[in-house]
Amino acid sequence: MTIEMHNISLRVGAETHIYATDLSLEAGQFNILLGTTLSGKTTLMRLMAGLEKPTTGELRVNGESVTGIPVQKRSVAMVYQAFINYPSFSVYDNIASPLKVAGLPRNEIEEKVRRFADLLKLTPMLDRLPSELSGGQQQRTALARALVKGAELVLLDEPLANLDYKLREELRDELPRMFADTGATVVYATSEPLEALMLGGYTATLNEGRVVQFGQTSTIYRHPRNLESARVFSDPPVNIAAIEKRGNTAYLNDTVSWNVPSKLAGMPDGQYKIGLRPHHLSPEFGGVKVNGQVQIAEISGSESIIRVNIEGNNWVSEAHGVHSFGFGQSAAFFFDAERCFYFDANEQLIDAGV
Amino acid sequence: MRKSTNQKAWWLVAPVLLLVAFNAFIPLMTVVNYSLQETFGNNVFFWEGVTWFEQVLRSERFHASLMRQLLFTSMILAIEVPLGIAVALSMPRKGPWVSVCLVLMALPLLIPWNVVGAMWNIFALPDIGLLGYSLNSMGFDYNFTQQPVSAWMTTVVMDVWHWTSLIVLLCYAGLCSIPDAYYQAARIDGASGWAVFRYIQLPKMKRVLTIAILLRFMDSFMIYTEPFVLTGGGPGNTTTFLSIDLVKIALGQFDLGPAAAMSLIYFLVVLLICWVFYTLMMRNEAQ
Amino acid sequence: MSRIEFKDVRHAYPQPAGQPLEYAIKEVNQVWENGGAYALLGPSGCGKTTLLNVISGLLTPSEGSILFNHSDVTRLPTAERHIAQVFQFPVVYDTMTVFDNLAFPLRNRQTPEARVKERVTEIAEMLDLSDRLDQRAAGLTADGKQKISLGRGLVREDVNAILFDEPLTVIDPHLKWQLRSKLKELHQQLGVTMIYVTHDQVEALTFADKVVVMHDGTVVQVGTPVELFSRPRHTFVGYFIGSPGMNVLPCSIENGQPVFANNLLSSGYPADTDLSGKLEIGIRPEFVNFSDDGIPVAIEKIEDLGRYQVVTVRHESEQIKMLVGEDEPIPAESPMISFDPDNLRIYCNDWAVEAGDA
Repeated sequence: MTIEMHNISLRVGAETHIYATDLSLEAGQFNILLGTTLSGKTTLMRLMAGLEKPTTGELRVNGESVTGIPVQKRSVAMVYQAFINYPSFSVYDNIASPLKVAGLPRNEIEEKVRRFADLLKLTPMLDRLPSELSGGQQQRTALARALVKGAELVLLDEPLANLDYKLREELRDELPRMFADTGATVVYATSEPLEALMLGGYTATLNEGRVVQFGQTSTIYRHPRNLESARVFSDPPVNIAAIEKRGNTAYLNDTVSWNVPSKLAGMPDGQYKIGLRPHHLSPEFGGVKVNGQVQIAEISGSESIIRVNIEGNNWVSEAHGVHSFGFGQSAAFFFDAERCFYFDANEQLIDAGV
Repeated sequence: MRKSTNQKAWWLVAPVLLLVAFNAFIPLMTVVNYSLQETFGNNVFFWEGVTWFEQVLRSERFHASLMRQLLFTSMILAIEVPLGIAVALSMPRKGPWVSVCLVLMALPLLIPWNVVGAMWNIFALPDIGLLGYSLNSMGFDYNFTQQPVSAWMTTVVMDVWHWTSLIVLLCYAGLCSIPDAYYQAARIDGASGWAVFRYIQLPKMKRVLTIAILLRFMDSFMIYTEPFVLTGGGPGNTTTFLSIDLVKIALGQFDLGPAAAMSLIYFLVVLLICWVFYTLMMRNEAQ
Repeated sequence: MSRIEFKDVRHAYPQPAGQPLEYAIKEVNQVWENGGAYALLGPSGCGKTTLLNVISGLLTPSEGSILFNHSDVTRLPTAERHIAQVFQFPVVYDTMTVFDNLAFPLRNRQTPEARVKERVTEIAEMLDLSDRLDQRAAGLTADGKQKISLGRGLVREDVNAILFDEPLTVIDPHLKWQLRSKLKELHQQLGVTMIYVTHDQVEALTFADKVVVMHDGTVVQVGTPVELFSRPRHTFVGYFIGSPGMNVLPCSIENGQPVFANNLLSSGYPADTDLSGKLEIGIRPEFVNFSDDGIPVAIEKIEDLGRYQVVTVRHESEQIKMLVGEDEPIPAESPMISFDPDNLRIYCNDWAVEAGDA
């Protein structure tokens, strides 16, 4: 189903939880809400589900207003971060529960439960109770229940956050595929930028109750419309610095400068900001050279994450290979000026680089 | 998680409000009505203003039963709370004995008040009761129907026997909700058993303990059936607590006006003490 | 501070009568050098938390012994082992102030109050808690509470080791690295042995000098992050470390060189011909490249992860994942791949075959 939010906002008392939001999700699309804790992801989902009544605005499903229609009458399923299953039901009965409520005939229930149990690799566990399952299996059961319902809108609120790292990696790989066949519109909340990239689809960056930007995941990643969006969609954090543009040259300070890219060249002289992704800052030669004091270098086998103070800015470099530095060691770092995002004084994007 | 408020839920509460109105508010108003007027039956009333209140507040008899009541409540709280905590602490938290202990603890709570009174009455009779006979044969001069001290001891012990379990069960539930990591951290920090109790167990039990004390205070302050069955308020008036006295005035002497005034004072005292206690506990919490 | 040694440690939790014992730790021989930063890495249920509790003395192992500086402490109670531990969920004494929390372990050991004040002030300074010493600990955020748990370990001067049990679970993602950096910084300043249990490879690899990988109750490899990445001794290490994990593909051996699906490969670690058992090659996605000739594949999926792309390809029934740089082109027609011989390893029954092994 298509979901359109028109001017939806939510205020509780004097506090605004969601600022006026316009967002439309196409049928069958995989959508990601990306933002830190308390950025409003869960609240936005609750508004979509109808668990929360918006203060202003209108929610349209398939073009028709559903504001005021209770959740029970909407075709919605939700999966939470905590593994929520009926503790006294077997896995089979857990998965079957929404179908029993809907009053489906027994053989149809059986057929559907088996199909989705198979898809989620739960077939050997159908007779067990949730307490006898691992965390991953419990969450698969909850996912199966959401899938079997055949809901047209599926809301997943950080469903993998409580799982082991490797398990998360595997489920992340399977999830978009599982939903692709059902034709459901999926909304997936996460606080991890890398997870958003892995899941693909469409992403909305959220910050402090606002949808900052919405579009295809890779587009949002490569063309953040402002600094806020770039910040939300970067882990480790995007490197930011103030620069001054004079003529065709950008100055980080008196000693570091470079030729500005074409889009910025046409802009008036003055103060601008750059954003540089950590993997575009390298301790290996090439491009603009900056000097820094290394605060800490973390090595993860194939790459190094180096926290470094560069000309008064706290920056991070995510570099290939092993680079060891001592605490407080001085070192030169390099970046390609073409790779930078350039923002104006209002932190709006001018040039996304290459 | 943030939640918004939805005022519609109030309608769901409406039936309860209606029920409470019939159950509590209307009877209470009747009492208020009686407390301000004199009646000689036949629904003929004479306005008396606060006369009954003055009379009750000045009466020696009311002071005496209020003092008895306060003493009794303080005594049972002073015994039941520490005892309840101690028993809860010594109960096993895992294994097959858990359910055995829980059932044993719950038993006294399942016995009706008047049965408890009757049980202890027979149990403590000096000539044939097991307790009374044993005490006397051990050389103690014990007779709760004759001696005020014996009567008091029996009443207090009976209440402790009947109600300590409630505190035990509530505290036990509080204790079970403390994650293992706290105990492990305490062992690592080299904390003594007392420190574990003082800084982990007691703070974590605080909420349930507040509720337990409130419940025990209210129940014991309004105690009627058990001492009435056990001692009937005697010997003399030595175990005549407030509610027993109230019934004597209202039904025994049929002084409805003073009885109504006394019930209202009684009600306000309970309310006041609960409010003070609760506010103190919660203010402590907020700090 | 001390060196910790495990000798033939095995542990089984008590089972209901009639059921066979299941060992949570099957057999561990391991030395934790004084002053090292270790990570204990493995999936849920691999026995890593059990191992941690054996070190701290919260558990006594069913078999084997633990030595601190060559003296046996297997039966020594927790308080006498001088171990500090930070748990998954922050443990603070709610009713106490931050100061009293930090002072608690010292006061329990009858330290003079002047020394307590000195020590707490010093540690609070290191943990950036100085301005919150008078606050009630209950009012702090999760990362503040975890710092207090850590601080209670650091104030003690006689600490043999500090143990961490997934300490970043409840910390907001964008604060995680800050706390991790703080830990590393403290480790460099104080030189105390730290053992960090986690299922998160990124946390383990970035925190530790030496990572101990556990799988199914045994230690499968101990090594630096670089060793674990470039020379996994066991296929599980290859799979568990790295994202995506190592490709493990069936192979046979001809003339000491591996053959995968009729393609003769060359390996930097040639093996002898008479290997018996399950034979596989392991190659990390980082070392699979598109090439002009090699193994023909079909491209199944391309994931754009920003800094690089994960390409899933298929050769016959085998799926292979490869990492391709963000600017690198992906061939559209009849793509072929090759494996970097220096990073190709052969595994026999899941264990790596070293040159000359039979």
